[in-house]
Amino acid sequence: MLQSFKLALKSIWSNKIRSFLTMLGIIIGVASVIILVSLVNGYMSSVVENFASMGVNQMSVRLTNLSSRSMDVDKMYEFYDLHRDLFAQMTPNVSLEATLKKGNDSLTSTSVGGYSEEYLDLKGYKLEQGRNIQYADIISRNKVCVIGYYVAQELFGGTEKAINETIKINGYGFQVVGVAERQDKDDLEEGGTDDFCWIPYSVAVKMARSAAISNYTFATVDVNDTDSCKALLEEFLFQTFKDEDLYRVTANSEMLDSLNEQISMMSAMLGGIAGISLLVAGVGVMNIMLVSVTERTREIGIRKSLGAKRGTIMQQFVIEAAVTSSIGGIIGILLGAGVTEIAGGIIGINATPTPMAVLVSFSVSVGIGLIFGYMPASRAAKLNPIDALRSD
Amino acid sequence: MAETDNKIREPLIELKDIYKIYQMGEEAVHANDGITLTIYQGEFVAIVGKSGSGKSTLMNIIGALDVPTFGEYFLGGEDVSDMEDDELAEIRNKMIGFIFQQYNLLPKLNLLENVELPLLYAGVPAEERKERAFASLERVGLKEKWKNMPSQLSGGQQQRVSIARALAGNPSLILADEPTGALDSKTSREVLNFLKKLNEEGNTIVMITHDSSIALEARRVVQIYDGKINFDGDVNEYAAVL
Repeated sequence: MLQSFKLALKSIWSNKIRSFLTMLGIIIGVASVIILVSLVNGYMSSVVENFASMGVNQMSVRLTNLSSRSMDVDKMYEFYDLHRDLFAQMTPNVSLEATLKKGNDSLTSTSVGGYSEEYLDLKGYKLEQGRNIQYADIISRNKVCVIGYYVAQELFGGTEKAINETIKINGYGFQVVGVAERQDKDDLEEGGTDDFCWIPYSVAVKMARSAAISNYTFATVDVNDTDSCKALLEEFLFQTFKDEDLYRVTANSEMLDSLNEQISMMSAMLGGIAGISLLVAGVGVMNIMLVSVTERTREIGIRKSLGAKRGTIMQQFVIEAAVTSSIGGIIGILLGAGVTEIAGGIIGINATPTPMAVLVSFSVSVGIGLIFGYMPASRAAKLNPIDALRSD
Repeated sequence: MAETDNKIREPLIELKDIYKIYQMGEEAVHANDGITLTIYQGEFVAIVGKSGSGKSTLMNIIGALDVPTFGEYFLGGEDVSDMEDDELAEIRNKMIGFIFQQYNLLPKLNLLENVELPLLYAGVPAEERKERAFASLERVGLKEKWKNMPSQLSGGQQQRVSIARALAGNPSLILADEPTGALDSKTSREVLNFLKKLNEEGNTIVMITHDSSIALEARRVVQIYDGKINFDGDVNEYAAVL
């Protein structure tokens, strides 16, 4: 067995160019499987990461067709207070169509919304200047606001300058009490993550001229509890409304799950396509092995005349094919890993070959050697020694 | 003299009414047409015949490379006549040392590895294999060159390596197929002398040749003509009828 490996290596080495060309198919196949799967995984995990930073522990509640006896904020807070062990933050969510004005400057793209004092923590933001919206502001319906970094820059030319200044939201004057830290380190643009203005929800609801609040956002203490928390919320809402159509709870983690599902589907699909090239490479291995058998007919004849049995000859050729394709596989893995690293760096994602992709593509390449080497090897083994000796 | 010797020796090769028939289109060609031949241990037999006489077919059968269409062949008491491929391989490996006209060394192996081959297939452990291969190379005077590749040697040297390979497995029969066919007269002589020496040491040698003068180097000559034996006797008798 060991002898056969040595023989195989020797034979591969003595036909360097041909062996390399044979391997090339395997190398390209394996490398492309690894590159595609790794890049897709890397790209997708960066998408997932972005998504996760938006809050996988969050779920939103949307109430539809609110009627007079509907849920009010106090009831929602009652539920929330009852389950403080499960929920970390909660806020009503009242978004407004609004224009911000300061003197003659105005911003129309800014997302303006009314939230509770916990919204800052829920978003995971920190303040750059000033203070957050407080419970007292909500109770007393103070016209105060916390603005994003972009708004502070655009309207006031700096975060410090914004504090205690007044801006007009749809004509109402609001005092800027706080400015949030810059979120997007790369871009500071209209409609971006730093273009927002938060006001107490109690004020927002008045400005929206709606009787009740139809959107809430909850954040769980533990990400892993989102399913049970969602169920709890739904149960509570069902008891209140007695109708499943009147509310809807969406957990961000669910979207993450479906995203993950899509990712694995996509990488399996791309891996499969790349796998086809491995199959083609296998046919190449078979082709070369057949040529090799024909070329070495005399060698086979000599070996048989000296007492090599069918199995011995068979083993020699199968091992040679397997060794050829596994060397190709290893080179392919290294190449694939290298290209993945470089390409990942260029695209700007953190892509590393998954152990699974490496394992699968390596064993597939060894398997290809064994399977596609079998036919030529059995042809070699069955050669008649007399005819084989006679050939040149 | 040979007759009395043979009586106390064991027969090594027993061919009984061997036929080898090839179907060439419509026609059946009898390459061997009823050959009966016994060769005893320690003999040096030349099988001589023109090309097409059937001597090569006979060699293939004696060498367990092929089986006869009809007839029985016992080699060392074992019936080889209708063995399977792998059984024949084992017989070749254990009982026969081949010396070919074209040497048939593997060009990508060095001399030692070439000589080791039959031992490798016999399953001899690596250490012993090396030892025996070296000993065998020493017998043909090429031990020092063991690292060389066959292509680095002269024809005569290559034939000596193939003799070393034939000897390595310690076979009952050395089967030489036109061993001097590719050599000049000087090296031919060397090889023939070496074969004689081996025979004197007790090895049974069967040599196939088309050349009567080469056949004269053996002790017994069997002449094949048209697939049949038309002479079988002492080399001196053969020299007389030439």
